[in-house]
Formats: sequence, C-alpha cells, structure tokens
Amino acid sequence: MLSIKNIHANVEGKEILKGINLEIKAGEVHAIMGPNGSGKSTLASVLAGREQYEVTAGEVSFLDKDLLELSPEDRAREGLFLAFQYPVEIPGVSTTNFIKAAVNEKRKYHGLEPLDSVSFLKIMKEKMKLVEIDQSLLSRSINEGFSGGEKKRNEIFQMAMLEPKLAILDETDSGLDIDALRIVANGINKLHSPERAVLVITHYQRLLDYIQPDYVHVLYNGRIVKSGTKELALELEEKGYDFITEGVDLNA
Amino acid sequence: MKEKQGPLEQAVSNDYKYGFVTDIDTDTIAKGLNEDVIRLISHKKNEPEWMLEWRLKAYAYWLKMVEPDWANVKYPIIDYQDIIYYAAPKPKKQLNSLDEVDPELLSTFEKLGISLSEQKRLTGVAVDVVMDSVSIATSFKEQLAEIGVIFCSISEAIQLHPELVRKHLGSVVPMTDNYFAALNSAVFTDGSFCYIPKGVRCPMELSTYFRINTENAGQFERTLIVAEDESYVSYLEGCTAPMRDENQLHAAVVELIAMEKAEIKYSTVQNWYPGDKEGKGGIYNFVTKRGICKGDHSKISWTQVETGSAITWKYPSVILKGDYSIGEFYSVAFTNNHQQADTGTKMMHLGKNTRSRIVAKGISAGHSQNSYRGLVRASKQAINARNYSQCDSLLLGDKCGAHTFPYIEVKNKTAIVEHEATTSKIGEDQLFYCRQRGIDPEAAVALIVNGFAKEVMNQLPMEFAIEAQKLLTISMEGSVG
Ligand SMILES: Nc1ncnc2c1ncn2[C@@H]1O[C@H](COP(=O)(O)OP(=O)(O)O)[C@@H](O)[C@H]1O
Ligand SMILES: [Mg+2]
Repeated sequence: MLSIKNIHANVEGKEILKGINLEIKAGEVHAIMGPNGSGKSTLASVLAGREQYEVTAGEVSFLDKDLLELSPEDRAREGLFLAFQYPVEIPGVSTTNFIKAAVNEKRKYHGLEPLDSVSFLKIMKEKMKLVEIDQSLLSRSINEGFSGGEKKRNEIFQMAMLEPKLAILDETDSGLDIDALRIVANGINKLHSPERAVLVITHYQRLLDYIQPDYVHVLYNGRIVKSGTKELALELEEKGYDFITEGVDLNA
Repeated sequence: MKEKQGPLEQAVSNDYKYGFVTDIDTDTIAKGLNEDVIRLISHKKNEPEWMLEWRLKAYAYWLKMVEPDWANVKYPIIDYQDIIYYAAPKPKKQLNSLDEVDPELLSTFEKLGISLSEQKRLTGVAVDVVMDSVSIATSFKEQLAEIGVIFCSISEAIQLHPELVRKHLGSVVPMTDNYFAALNSAVFTDGSFCYIPKGVRCPMELSTYFRINTENAGQFERTLIVAEDESYVSYLEGCTAPMRDENQLHAAVVELIAMEKAEIKYSTVQNWYPGDKEGKGGIYNFVTKRGICKGDHSKISWTQVETGSAITWKYPSVILKGDYSIGEFYSVAFTNNHQQADTGTKMMHLGKNTRSRIVAKGISAGHSQNSYRGLVRASKQAINARNYSQCDSLLLGDKCGAHTFPYIEVKNKTAIVEHEATTSKIGEDQLFYCRQRGIDPEAAVALIVNGFAKEVMNQLPMEFAIEAQKLLTISMEGSVG
C-alpha cells in the first residue's frame, strides 16, 4: 500500500530525513518510535505533503501512485489521513461544517454525489458514539478552545468519518489520560481492517498495550535504525533508547 | 517580473463575472457639469419647479465645498467635468408593463441573476431596476399599492407623490451634509422610493438593482424610504457594473425614516466592478447612507456585504432620536487586489434608552486596504444609551492591510459603550490542515471566510444570503497563496 524508498528531506535547508525505507501492506499496523527531534513528525508531514518540507531524494508510492506528485488534498482524497500532533484551530468554522466539507470533497473526487444532511448526520451520530465525542463540541469552531484531549479525540473522529486507507497518527496518545487513551485506541482498532493500514507514531509503548502493532520501527536522527515486532517496543520501554542509539554513527 | 503566488494568493485572484456591457441605445448628454446640465436633467425628467430649485441650491453649495481627504483611501483627482451626468437606455416606446421592456435589457438582468419576470414574481420579491440614470422597471407595483405601499422610482415619486418627496427628501441627509451628498443632490437621476403606511407590514422584500452600463457615466442615485408608525419593511439593494479601464463614479444618497415603532431593515450586496488585478479601472463608491429613528421604539438595521468597487467610502448611520430606538450595523467588507475600502458607521444616540450594535467584519486579500471607521456618540440627553461594537479583521496574505478607527464621544455618565476588536490571519498551518482533509486551498479559504462572516450573513434575508455567500466565494477565487 505504502512504499517509502530512500527518502531524504530538508527543512529550511537542513537535512532531517536521511534515507528512510519503509513498506506498509494493507491490513498492517506499524509503529514508529524514537526520541524527540528524531524526525517522526517530519516523516508524517512529508507523506502528507506539507510544502515546507523539501524532498531531496527518494520515492514514495501509495496505492500504486506516485505520492510525491500529488497535492496534499489529493493525497487525502486518495485515502491518506494524518492525525496531527498539534491540531490546528480555525475560528468561525464549526467542526461539523469542516468535516462535511472534507467528506464531500472526497466524495466528489471519487465521482460520488455529496451526502445530504440527513445521511451525513446519521453517519456522524454513529461515529460520535465510537469516539465518545459530544454534539456540543462539534458545533463549536474546530479545535478552538478544545482541551488537549478533545483535540486528539476530534482527530480520531475525523478519521472515523473519512475512513482512510492509511491513517498516520502522530503522537495522538500524548497528553491523554487512560480513559481518553482507551477511546482513541478503540477508534483506531475499529477502523483497522484487512484493506486499511495504520501507522502510529508514538514515543511511549503505552498506546501499544491497546493497539497491536505488527511491526515496530525506531527512528533516530532521520533514519530507521531498528525494526522488529512488538517485543522491540517492550525492550525500548525497559532499556530506553540508549541501547539502540549507542553505536549509531550520527555523521554516517 | 511576476510575483510568486502561494496557494493563498492563487485562491483569491478573482475574475469579475458581471463585467459585460449591454449594447443598447442610450440617450446620453455631453460630459461635464454646470447649471445648464442640471436644468437639462431636471427637464428630461419633467420635474416640478421646486425640484429644480432644490438641485440648483445644492449645486451652489457643492461649488463652495472641497472634496474630503480624511478617509484612508488614495485615488487620483476626479475630474468632475469629465463625467456624463445623465445616461438613459432609450425605450423603444412608452412602457406599459414589464413585458414590453427591451429584451436586451431583460437578458442583461438575467445574466446578472436578476429575473424580472415570472421567477421573481414567484419568489415574492418586488424589484426596481435602475440602469445608469433611470429606473427601468418596477415589479409588483399594483399588488403593493393595494395595501398602500408605494414602491416606485424616485422620478416617478416626484411626479406622483410630490408632497411626500418634498417633505422627506434631504431631511436626513441635508444637501449641505458633505461633498458627495451635495453633488448627488444636484444631479441625482434615479433611485427608489418606498413608503409604508401606518400599521402595514410590507409582505415582501423590496429590492432595487443598480447597474452602471454607459462608459464615462456616473451614477447618482437617490433612495428614500419612509416607514410610518408601526410599519415594517425589508429592503434589498444590489449593484454591478461592466469592466472598464477608467474609473467610474457612484455617489449615492440613501435616506431612511422610521416613525414610532416602525422598523426598516436595509440590506446591500454591493458588487461594483473593483478594477483589475493591477488596480486599473473600477468604481469609486462614495455613498452617504443615513437613517433616522424618529419615533420611540423604532428600529433601523443596516446590513451590508461589500465586495466590489475600487474605492469604497461609506458609513451607513443611524440617528437614534426616539426613546428606546435601536440602531444596528452589520457589515462584511471584502477587499482584494488593489481595492481600498474605508467603511463603517455612525450611531448617534440622542434619545433615552437607545441601543446600538455594530458588527463589522473586514477581510483583506492581495494588496488591498480595508479600514473600519466608526463613530458612537451619546448626547447629554441620551440617558442609558448602550452601544456594543465588534470589529474583526481577517488578513489573507501579508501584502494587505486592515485598520480600525473607532471614535467614541460620550456626553453623559449613564451611557455604556463597549468596543472589541480582533485581527487574525489565515495561516499556512490552517490551510494545510484543511488540505490534509481533502479541502483544496480555495474551498478552505471560502470555508474560513464564510465562517468569519457568518454572524453578518445571518442577518441577510434568506434569498440574499445565498447570493451573498456565492458572491463572497467568487470574489475570493484565486486569492489564496
Ligand atoms: N518547520 C520546521 N522548521 C525548522 N525545523 C524543523 C521544522 N520541523 C522540524 N524541524 C526540525 O527537524 C527535527 C525533527 O523534528 P520532528 O520531525 O518534529 O521530530 P519528532 O517528531 O521526532 O520529535 C528537529 O530538529 C526539528 O527542530
Ligand atoms: Mg513529533
């Protein structure tokens, strides 16, 4: 589904990603872990198409398309979803209207009629239950004045509404209490199916108690320095990142 | 060299779709202004002597006045001798009904989305149409007359209801009020007249569409609305003009009079040609709009959506004379490219327990400048006067400007005046957030702008609100970068 080959990327002239390789197949759950500043969010941004991030080498194919050729909106419409580490506030635009616009833009792209209000509300009601989000929150301006937990749940809610093929979750678990964490994990598990894939970025193994990753990768200094199974996450939890980062040549 | 455009600039670089010219036989007089021109206008309109005298008096005042320069707008000196003061589409013959209107004209208005025919009748909006200097057609006249509502062109009102016109014309905006009001008083050619008798709730929206067609013609329309005790009227005004390289002058005067417990709701969707991307051409829109809440418990509400004009100079105001009267001003002003808007309101509290509310939303894109200028005045007698003002600015890009000039003059201690202002910017991160959800930059900007303007848009009558929202979206096309 997603194939990343030797991706190098710069931010403001500085190389942040130094050759990333990653294969994700439909139905798989991958976790990327790694210390702060290692380039996890940068990788997510590059995949989503953020313009400040300049890809200097490498290729990415997504559902047999050249991902890097697509505009950010087309990537989204093709089924790539990013749950932001820091969701953005947009004053004056209600969450409901925002999601409705998003859902209908995607439908239009796939040659479908826009959803009428009744069907839209029906789907919304279902998904609201899933992430235990309140109607009153959805009529407010998107993310404006939301608590940290509300913002993260709103990301998962949007994901549930958009039903992406590939969901990238950038530290969606950070700053959540146990209940919220359970809700978020539940949302992810509900989405997960043989046709869909999930890439969770986290730096705690906590979330992985709720979500079973097929693969765990450690990103460090712009490279994936180790890949393994769930056991790798446990090992990291126990020994810290040092045991991996030791001996990695930063200048290589 | 062409500037590099980001997604924001691209999303708001617009194309004006009302810029066509109607090829129609027009009766125009020579350029220039002097007493003879005024006499000629008055003569062409077959006006009574008092009207001509009134015009000449205004002209004499105007000659002594100087053009104001306090607004935050810049434009080359206007040559008032280079303007045509009267241009009228030549009727093929005397019109007896709407069906006899020149088809070319009707199709012009169809193109503008204004159907004068069956469709409009069904939607129940009475329409008066003013092209250049004269009123073309007014629909629903007979039905309205049955309940005593007069809705016709001002020229017709001068002929048929001279006593009403004479009593009220210039009573809210005196001819001496300001430079452009004096000019208008001297040369005004047409506009609408509405009279709502005591106790009548006007059952339909009254609306006028103004269109400047002729090259080098100025439009000087005059609108007068009188609402007698306990009456109600909702009035809509829409404007467009062809695209031309020369600037064209539009200097209108609108007067509203609300008697006891009367309510006037006046909505404008102004979409005069704004000029091209380099700032060439476009309408200079210098308008004096003022209402008086003459009776106790009366209410006047101005709602405006301003997307057009090269320069806008406009301050719809309310004189709150009656006790417990209410004045409202809701405004969205969108400026793009090189447009300049200096707009706002004046709320003059004279009566006791008067209330006013101002909600002004300015949206700037491109190299445009958007200023809010508002005055709230509470006189000594205005015991317990209250005002609440909210001015919000939204910037699209970093080459445009937003300015707020609130003036507050309070002469008694019981008055409470509150003012809040915010400025925000559509950020790259907001745009990216939308795009990541599949919403392209243009749609994202439209979503954000419409959200920003919602409170004002909600004030518009339903049919108009949709039109206004579309207009706002069209005006922004290509302004995202
Ligand atoms: N927009 C940006 N401008 C400048 N530097 C950036 C930007 N985004 C990321 N970086 C830098 O790139 C490196 C990786 O950051 P990031 O991808 O956010 O790491 P992580 O998500 O793994 O904590 C950091 O050194 C960070 O300072
Ligand atoms: Mg990060």
